[in-house]
Amino acid sequence: MLRRRLNRLFGGDEGRVHSRTIYVGHKSCPPNEAYIPPKFCDNRIVSSKYTVWNFLPKNLFEQFRRIANFYFLIIFLVQVIVDTPTSPVTSGLPLFFVITVTAVKQGYEDWLRHKADREVNEYRVSVLEDGRRIRKMSAKIKVGDIVEVEEDETFPCDLILLQSSRDDGTCFVTTASLDGESNHKTHYTVADLESDLQYLSATIECEQPQPDLYKFVGRMHIYRNSQEPDVRSLGPENLLLKGANLKNTQKICGVAVYTGMETKMALNYQGKSQKRSAVEKSINAFLLVYLFILVSKALVCTTLKYVWQSKHDETWYNEKTQKEKETNQYLKMFTDFLSFMVLFNFIIPVSMYVTVEMQKFLGSFFITWDKDFFDPEIQEGALVNTSDLNEELGQVEYIFTDKTGTLTQNNMEFIECCIDGFQYKHGDGSSELDGFCVTDGPVNKIQQKAGREREELFLRALCLCHTVQVKESTKQRQDQNDQFDQIDQVDGLGLDHGFLDPPQKEMGFIASSPDEIALVKGAMRYGFTFLGLESKNMKILNRNKDVETYELLHVLNFDPVRRRMSVMVRSKTGDILLFCKGADSSIFPQVRQEEVERIRMHVERNATEGYRTLCVAYKHLSAQEYARADADLREARLALQDREEKLMAVYNRVETDMILIGATAVEDQLQDEAAQTMEALQGAGMKVWVLTGDKMETAKSTCYACGLFKKNTELLELTLRTLEDGGRSREERLHDLLLEYHKKAVQDAPPVKLGITRSWSVAGHDYGFIIDGASLSMVLSSSSEPNSRRYKNLFLQICQNCTSVLCCRMAPLQKAQIVKLVKNSKGNPITLSIGDGANDVSMILEAHVGIGIKGKEGRQAVKNSDYAIPKLKHLKKLLLAHGHLYYVRIAHLVQYFFYKNLCFILPQFLYQFFCGYSQQPLYDAAYLTMYNICFTSMPILAYSLLEQHICIEVLLEHSTLYRDIAKNAMLRWKLFLYWTALGIFHGLVFFFGVRFLFSNPALQDNGQVFGNWSYGTIVFTVLVFTVTLKLALDTRHWTWINHFVIWGSLAFYVFFSFFWGGIIWPFLKHQRLYFVFANMLSSVSAWLVIILLILLSLLPEILLVVLRKPRGPHARQIAAVTPLSYKHLKERE
Amino acid sequence: MKQSNRIKAMVKEEQEESSNRPDNTAFTQQRLPAWQPILSASIVIPMFVLIGAAFIGVGVALFITSRDIQLQELDYTGDDSEHPCFKCRTNTEKCTCSMTFSIPTLFKGPVFFYYGLTNYFQNQRKYGASKDDNQLYGDLNYFTSPSTDCDPYTRDSKNMPIVPCGALANSMFNDTFTLSHTVNGVQKIVPLDGKGIAWWTDYNIKYRNPSITPLINAFNGTKKPTNWPKPIYELDTTDVYNNGFINQDFLVWMRRAALPDFRKLYRRITHDDYAAGLPAGNYTLTIAYNYPVHSFNGKKKVVLSNVSWMGGKNDFLGIAYIVVGSMCVVMSIVMLIVYARFKFGEDD
Repeated sequence: MLRRRLNRLFGGDEGRVHSRTIYVGHKSCPPNEAYIPPKFCDNRIVSSKYTVWNFLPKNLFEQFRRIANFYFLIIFLVQVIVDTPTSPVTSGLPLFFVITVTAVKQGYEDWLRHKADREVNEYRVSVLEDGRRIRKMSAKIKVGDIVEVEEDETFPCDLILLQSSRDDGTCFVTTASLDGESNHKTHYTVADLESDLQYLSATIECEQPQPDLYKFVGRMHIYRNSQEPDVRSLGPENLLLKGANLKNTQKICGVAVYTGMETKMALNYQGKSQKRSAVEKSINAFLLVYLFILVSKALVCTTLKYVWQSKHDETWYNEKTQKEKETNQYLKMFTDFLSFMVLFNFIIPVSMYVTVEMQKFLGSFFITWDKDFFDPEIQEGALVNTSDLNEELGQVEYIFTDKTGTLTQNNMEFIECCIDGFQYKHGDGSSELDGFCVTDGPVNKIQQKAGREREELFLRALCLCHTVQVKESTKQRQDQNDQFDQIDQVDGLGLDHGFLDPPQKEMGFIASSPDEIALVKGAMRYGFTFLGLESKNMKILNRNKDVETYELLHVLNFDPVRRRMSVMVRSKTGDILLFCKGADSSIFPQVRQEEVERIRMHVERNATEGYRTLCVAYKHLSAQEYARADADLREARLALQDREEKLMAVYNRVETDMILIGATAVEDQLQDEAAQTMEALQGAGMKVWVLTGDKMETAKSTCYACGLFKKNTELLELTLRTLEDGGRSREERLHDLLLEYHKKAVQDAPPVKLGITRSWSVAGHDYGFIIDGASLSMVLSSSSEPNSRRYKNLFLQICQNCTSVLCCRMAPLQKAQIVKLVKNSKGNPITLSIGDGANDVSMILEAHVGIGIKGKEGRQAVKNSDYAIPKLKHLKKLLLAHGHLYYVRIAHLVQYFFYKNLCFILPQFLYQFFCGYSQQPLYDAAYLTMYNICFTSMPILAYSLLEQHICIEVLLEHSTLYRDIAKNAMLRWKLFLYWTALGIFHGLVFFFGVRFLFSNPALQDNGQVFGNWSYGTIVFTVLVFTVTLKLALDTRHWTWINHFVIWGSLAFYVFFSFFWGGIIWPFLKHQRLYFVFANMLSSVSAWLVIILLILLSLLPEILLVVLRKPRGPHARQIAAVTPLSYKHLKERE
Repeated sequence: MKQSNRIKAMVKEEQEESSNRPDNTAFTQQRLPAWQPILSASIVIPMFVLIGAAFIGVGVALFITSRDIQLQELDYTGDDSEHPCFKCRTNTEKCTCSMTFSIPTLFKGPVFFYYGLTNYFQNQRKYGASKDDNQLYGDLNYFTSPSTDCDPYTRDSKNMPIVPCGALANSMFNDTFTLSHTVNGVQKIVPLDGKGIAWWTDYNIKYRNPSITPLINAFNGTKKPTNWPKPIYELDTTDVYNNGFINQDFLVWMRRAALPDFRKLYRRITHDDYAAGLPAGNYTLTIAYNYPVHSFNGKKKVVLSNVSWMGGKNDFLGIAYIVVGSMCVVMSIVMLIVYARFKFGEDD
């Protein structure tokens, strides 16, 4: 998916010129032709966004592109231009603060990038020019330069490997910084080059830069003595990528092909598409409501103002200025409207965005910090790639999980094999040298073995047919010893057995897939040891301790479409053999049919036991056949375009007519606590779908083992097998089956009550649904459009009524298709994809939340995920505890923010009715500004970071609690209305409480009277206290931080008010609040009314809290509960 | 050798572990010790009863206090044709009228003398902002060039700057009152104290006269507000500390009322003869009727009141306290019933 998308993005250039030509060492080729240096970009890496000059305008422009910032800017400008009740400072200051903080943060990040860029660009590299080594800055490298790189250095640009210090023309690199894979990868020099690069005269023709790290096609023309140029094909194995490190090789020389921003690393440096969480959508919806409230308030006030003015003539004591009298009536109305907008604009606070961002950013640290996510094996914890989706973790309804490496450990162990229909199981340690412990095969009842010749052929096939490398830990070679200590080496993970004698050679295997290692190790147990590959010769130590050597002619690489791989080798005797291994479904059609049946039974039996099976076949190639295959392969490899398709065609042509030798079974153990995790997730109301490329039987057994399918689960199968039953066309059969299953699972299922739709234990029947890739594509792309839509619907409905769904034989793209299908289905459920391999990337990117497992299949999944965890079992805590808490926190944060600003602004609105709609602010400008920034921001931030309304242990124990917050429960309109009503109630209480008190403004015992600022200050004091105490009431988890910020904020308010009112501020035009607060506190009535109004406002809250309290068996554990859980607890009881 | 290698490896491993492993602190693991208050019925019901009782207590005290405060209100707008001040209602000339009233029992002192206005929007934004605090702080620079906030009361028709400028100052209340007590048929003037009616900070810090003596010299080249009969430096010629910007009548006016119906403190009755209060008897209030309220349908009144610890008479607070207190008690009873019933249900 990603690749396709990127290809499309960058495809534009390729469309114009398909390839670029590079002159190695800038020499004209052929030598007599004039050399025109082509134009390519230099090797400067620019990852920074800004320069000193454009930082301010560019950054400001980007910030004000956000709707919210723009809105506040408009308000600010209105305040500057129009004569408004509050000074521009009140909204300018917060906006300035927000913009500055963001700008500083972005500026700092960009400075870091500049620094990193400079470091990279000024890095000194050696370039060979006319036979001399010249040190120059990395940024100055041009395409065509020959660059020398030494061990442990990083490649400064994308290079074609020309020369290596290793005699076999290889070098090792690690690409940890590119894709995170830390294993050593072998790269090869271009074959048969001059040893002295000074005299090399060659051109390279290669494709235009493209971001796929694993793809490269090119061709090198080598000109020698005016002959026709030699042509060599170049592939990814010749290309050294910028950012990779040279390992185990003293130095290499390479020619730069892509530089600077055209390197694959730079092209891959792309931000992922932004995912937006459901909470954000709710915020935007609420925002619209508040915007509507704001506009209607302003409209009401403007209208009433003119109605009022028509009744009240201009009073003698407050005459209009000449200018006012002359202004156009409608213009005046408009400016009045704007003034009211400004007066009430605080209802949509700038600070909410800042607080939400801070909450997300800071909150995500708790995931990274969680030591429960730390895996001692890989020495890593969880990784948060985006903090925007924290709360989405609490909203997941569908989980799409990969099988291999996610549900299972991807830790392969060779279990058994079957040769010629005879089953061989490895005994426990006590086996003889020939290592075979024979058990009953289902085919022949008599204990029997296949012929020794067949056995050995099979084992040789296992030893030869792979791409495993032997890892040498010690550099000096030693004589072969009888004993070996083996080290599995997958992604740099070593298991030291620790009882070595000094002369023994440590030996480990490196491979891209753990299956291969398991097979090689399996063969080793039976006496055939793969010793390694030396200059195209594969060495095998056979049972008789003889070393056999095979010349490796071709490797027909594995790909997920063919699902098999082959090698062509030439034995000592000159026989050319092709060994092929692959999935049964891809091998069986390619072999002679007579052997198939016997082995098929084994394979299926093994598959049902949950093993991964591979079939092994071989074939003899005659010299002519080989010559033809060889020529075809070479030609296909040289192709610049459609190379893959051409290669595939050749592979398919070669891999036919093979003879099946046997099959292997490799066990992939379940992940730790896989079953418990799945049970917990299902208990939490999530539906788990397994999407795997594996066989149905294997996947099914894994599902049983994980408890996704239970004994009493009725399986509904929609696979090629069921489709081919009955002898009718697949289309018809598909139609019938879908209808049948739909009837069973959807129509006949007992109607579930609304409250417990997501319950799984209620329905008497459990259904599991199985579909394979081929059937899925039939469902999704049926011949006729109406049919297709109908099938899709049926399919979705069936799936939604099944407890678990298994999709096997899925191509990566199909995985994403399924996710998309569910994502866009009715109700837009929140989906989560979890996987560990590159084949899961598409679904990880597609789902609302993508989780990567830091597994053994490289790091692509982790890189593309939103969150990465080391193990599947961590998903439980991530969702049930972290996700739940984050959701509750942010939901409360959002509701509370809207609430507190509503009751902040409502009194100001009401005051307009008492001041002749003159836009008189009720509160002082300082209070207006500080309310959201200082007085009430910290407690809610602390709450939204620390709140645990239910403690983590209980959340993990009672997974059903997760259902209480499902479907955005805390941000539904009902609750929003509740909060809004609460805000209105509080606003009314504050305003009218003080209003009645002021019916006699003589509130002090010295008979003096209070004015309008005292009025506002009393209201504001009640407001700050009530709003903070309301949060205190909601806080279930009082850490010292909560205490500190809640009481601290109140103390700060009091302190600030004294301070603000205690000094004549020279920069203020009017000393409005001078001594107002202190005078207020000297009045007993003011104290009494403040206490009264706070209590009155909070009374209904306290009452609700008490009545909502859960009682019953869980009451002790679930001490404090979300607004919803009480009801649910009761239902469950 | 081998041993040391292994130790090295172990050390290395430990280092790696410590560098990658998340900190195991209470904060990072979200395990900070926390107090988890539960508002259970057993806490809340007694709490509510207590709060309710306390509120009712305070409420009753407030109510009684408020009821005991004596109040004498005299509307002297003169809308009624029978009213002695009717003649002054539309009169632009100087006009005096007097009203008599009787106090049946001793009006306990100290007695405060308020004037009240209704339907008067002192809280309008433009009106309230129409002043120049720098002038009022005695800054002579602003005498000659007042802030434009004061428009249209910045300069008079001859373009002379007005000090103090602005609508607020210009509209200063200028009715004056004398109160006389009829003792044995003889009118005895009740001395009224014009001090201590404004906030202490206002006449000591917030407002300042320019430090020029005599004060009149500071106002050279300026004009008095158009509605004023006399300039600001003649507000109280008897007392330097009650003249100019720190004249307390002026300060009282400058502190804007919160609502359109308001009262402001005019005088205190502190004279020794009346320290205990106004004795029962007949009184005459003589009003120098200057301030026009007829045009905006306003009312003017005089209020005589004594105050308690809670300030002036206000029944709202006492009643509110009693109501809220009773609500608490009622709620606790409701909760008790609910709680009891629920408990029984659980026992079954």
